[in-house]
Amino acid sequence: MILTQDSTQIEVTIHVNGTPHAVKTDPCVTLLDLLRDHLQLTGSKKGCDHGQCGACTVLLDGKRVNSCLVLAISREGSSVTTIEGLGSIANLHPLQSAFIRHDALQCGYCTPGQICSAIGLMLEGHAKSHDEIREGMSGNLCRCGAYIGIVEAIEDVMESESSREENR
Amino acid sequence: MADAALNTGRPLLRVDGPLKVTGGAKYAAEYDAPDLVHGVIVPSSIARGRIVSVDTRAAQAFPGVLKIFTHENRPWGAHFSVFFKDPMGPPGKPFRPLLDGQVHFSGQPVALIVAESFEAARDAAALVRVSYHTEAHKTDLEKEAVHAYTPPRTRLGVPPTPKPTGDADRAFASSPVKVEATYRASPENHHPMELFASTVVWGADKTITVYDKTQSPKSVQIYLKAAFLLFGRRVRVVSPYVGGAFGLGLRPQQSVFLAMLAAKALKRSVRVVIPRDQMYTLGYRANAIQTVSLGADEDGHLHALKQEAIAATSQYEDAQDPMLFFSGLLYGCENVKLAYKLAKLDTISPCDMRAPGAATGMFALESAMDELAYATGRDPLDLRLENYIDYDQMEHRKMSSKALRDCYTQGADKFGWSARTAAPRSMRDGRDLIGWGMATGIWDAALSPLPARATVTLTADNRLEVTTSVTDIGTGTYTILSQLAADAMQLPMDRVTTRLGDSSLPYNPTQGGSWTASTAGSAVQAACEKLKDKLLKHSHRTDQASLTSDPSVEFVTLLNVAGKARMEATATITNLPFGKKFTSATHSAVFVEVRIDEELGAIRVTRVVSAIAAGRILNPLTAQSQIRGAAIMAIGKALHEDAASDHNLGRCMAHSFADYHIPSNADVFDLEVIFVKELDTEVSPIGTKGLGEIGSVAVAPAIANAVFHATGYRVRELPITIDRLLPGLPL
Repeated sequence: MILTQDSTQIEVTIHVNGTPHAVKTDPCVTLLDLLRDHLQLTGSKKGCDHGQCGACTVLLDGKRVNSCLVLAISREGSSVTTIEGLGSIANLHPLQSAFIRHDALQCGYCTPGQICSAIGLMLEGHAKSHDEIREGMSGNLCRCGAYIGIVEAIEDVMESESSREENR
Repeated sequence: MADAALNTGRPLLRVDGPLKVTGGAKYAAEYDAPDLVHGVIVPSSIARGRIVSVDTRAAQAFPGVLKIFTHENRPWGAHFSVFFKDPMGPPGKPFRPLLDGQVHFSGQPVALIVAESFEAARDAAALVRVSYHTEAHKTDLEKEAVHAYTPPRTRLGVPPTPKPTGDADRAFASSPVKVEATYRASPENHHPMELFASTVVWGADKTITVYDKTQSPKSVQIYLKAAFLLFGRRVRVVSPYVGGAFGLGLRPQQSVFLAMLAAKALKRSVRVVIPRDQMYTLGYRANAIQTVSLGADEDGHLHALKQEAIAATSQYEDAQDPMLFFSGLLYGCENVKLAYKLAKLDTISPCDMRAPGAATGMFALESAMDELAYATGRDPLDLRLENYIDYDQMEHRKMSSKALRDCYTQGADKFGWSARTAAPRSMRDGRDLIGWGMATGIWDAALSPLPARATVTLTADNRLEVTTSVTDIGTGTYTILSQLAADAMQLPMDRVTTRLGDSSLPYNPTQGGSWTASTAGSAVQAACEKLKDKLLKHSHRTDQASLTSDPSVEFVTLLNVAGKARMEATATITNLPFGKKFTSATHSAVFVEVRIDEELGAIRVTRVVSAIAAGRILNPLTAQSQIRGAAIMAIGKALHEDAASDHNLGRCMAHSFADYHIPSNADVFDLEVIFVKELDTEVSPIGTKGLGEIGSVAVAPAIANAVFHATGYRVRELPITIDRLLPGLPL
């Protein structure tokens, strides 16, 4: 992190979906706004800007975080994975296809956060049961009420991953 | 047709799914533009009064701030003329942001800060100092109910409350069994996950492109052109993806008005996003106080049904919804008297929220029916079957279809209702009190009150494009229109592309009212039929009958024979309000299990079976999601959501999701949806009835009835929070 000539702007380098981005930004800019407004990665959503809805969830150094609660300049050198980095329409992440298969979305606005949060949940490795998934996904609100499909999609992917490991 | 239905009726995956799961679907605040600037609203801190002065000096001096708009310096627009009408609004004078110094509600926009960055605008907004001449405000419906009045003018598109039949007062007085109680429902906020936002892109070539969060791009376009006198310019409103709306996007919102005001004044592209705390003051589901009086004989056979509702509205408009419209339609009763009244509060106008009116009106009626079941010793389901009717007794018309009886039987069967023991507190599991409750739901099945158009275009590469201006707000409209068009043109799904949410597309009034599938779907189907006729005519084929009945025919060959690269057809669907022979409605029977921790009073909705009769189901997968989602929102209405005001401040006390709980994943347990078979050839050209509202209507009363069954204590006020239930849980 270096202070630039304009004293209010600070340069920060963050690796987003594998690409390093050196950005000059105000200290008050959140990681979410950096992604959306400065890098035009609008897949991460703003639903409350207070860390209460989870729409902005990204993976920061492999852990799920509400990116609206993280100041961008505080994460020099970190690695961020957003929904855009998980898969593409031609090459969907298994969880992305499971969300489509289980109709785990309606308006789609909370969906990127749900998917990033679910990947974080699986990486944490705590949630094993249906109820633990429901609990662990309760930081991601969905006003359309796609919760049942969301849990089914996560269970689907967790089951296929564990059966793959057993076959190994 | 049925033979060719390869796509409709099947649980096909949402066609917009891939774009939405990859973050590729763009919403209103996600469009960039050269030199885009950002607007942030300063809300009023009083509920009623007059602005004495706005001190913007500190804010204006903040780095990055370009311009601050207040009522003192805002540019003139037709919107500020006293003659201007908001075509979408209820009777009254629409609220006009920055019109003058009058404050009508707490949270009213009193200034718009426009700055080079969002952060600068937000921080400068905190530096604006407004001084007010405060007047006494009225925000307490309990106090204002004594001034309730019958709205002198009805709202366009909302069916009027039916006239009385028989003599309900006398019949009630002479009934051997009487139930009379008052029910209260708190105000609620829509809270779609996407914040209301508008990005106005000011083009150099006299074009203005508005990316707006709305249910109706066409309404917003018409409104903006008239309000800002933009007749010399091409205004296009684009909303291909809308992150939920639930009614809050039916009228043009403050975001689009203020973004256009600033863009026109600055000749620059402007984005305005409404932050979550300000989404409480964009509109709300009206709180209401209702009294229901049911008179019956000892068997529970109804002789009198009276329901009076007093609902909140603003000082400046008579907001109205069909709160009592359905109350005379469910049960046979010769003496029905319904009275729908409003009481004025110093709040913003209420705004339709999923199953507007009905969700609140049915809570009262279906709670009272449950009370009648206990008063007569009847099972709640048997009581409803006892009073079942299959015609419209208010208008003396037949129903175009009514498979509600199947909803009752199939829903009860799936739920296991027959195992219910009638006495309250008779079902228990450890420290959990278990309650089983049920309720009936009903909603209008209609086409949009305004005509709607759709265009289909077949191109030489055998691709079909479907276009209409209406939005998909998560409802599945993209998917079902593609399915209908694919079947009509005998094409596989991947050959069909549907484009929606753009005012430059054929006129379709709005997503809403549970109209869209029937209205847009019928328009698409009619356009396909026209296109087929056109293709046959241009290709000089005479064997029409064999062609249209042969599913192997590829219409593109006719296009080639005709020597054309493309051919299109447009159809219009109109809904004439007169000469109707039938009443049409969707119905539901909802069965609910609650578990209540007897010591803590915590209520969990552990099981829901929602049986729905809604005519033809185009896509059982997206339809199921609609019904599940509506039920989940209704769990919020029943147990959690209360946009209560602090009447000392005249302001909604909730400012975030921390103090206004909407259902989360952990609030949702088992939720099963049944679509009962219902054939209806009258309701709409494609036999659909619409699904947006019906999933919500019966859920809150079914939960309230289950809470009574669990505890023996009747909470007649929504939401049923722990403090309201506690008196029923003596330790």
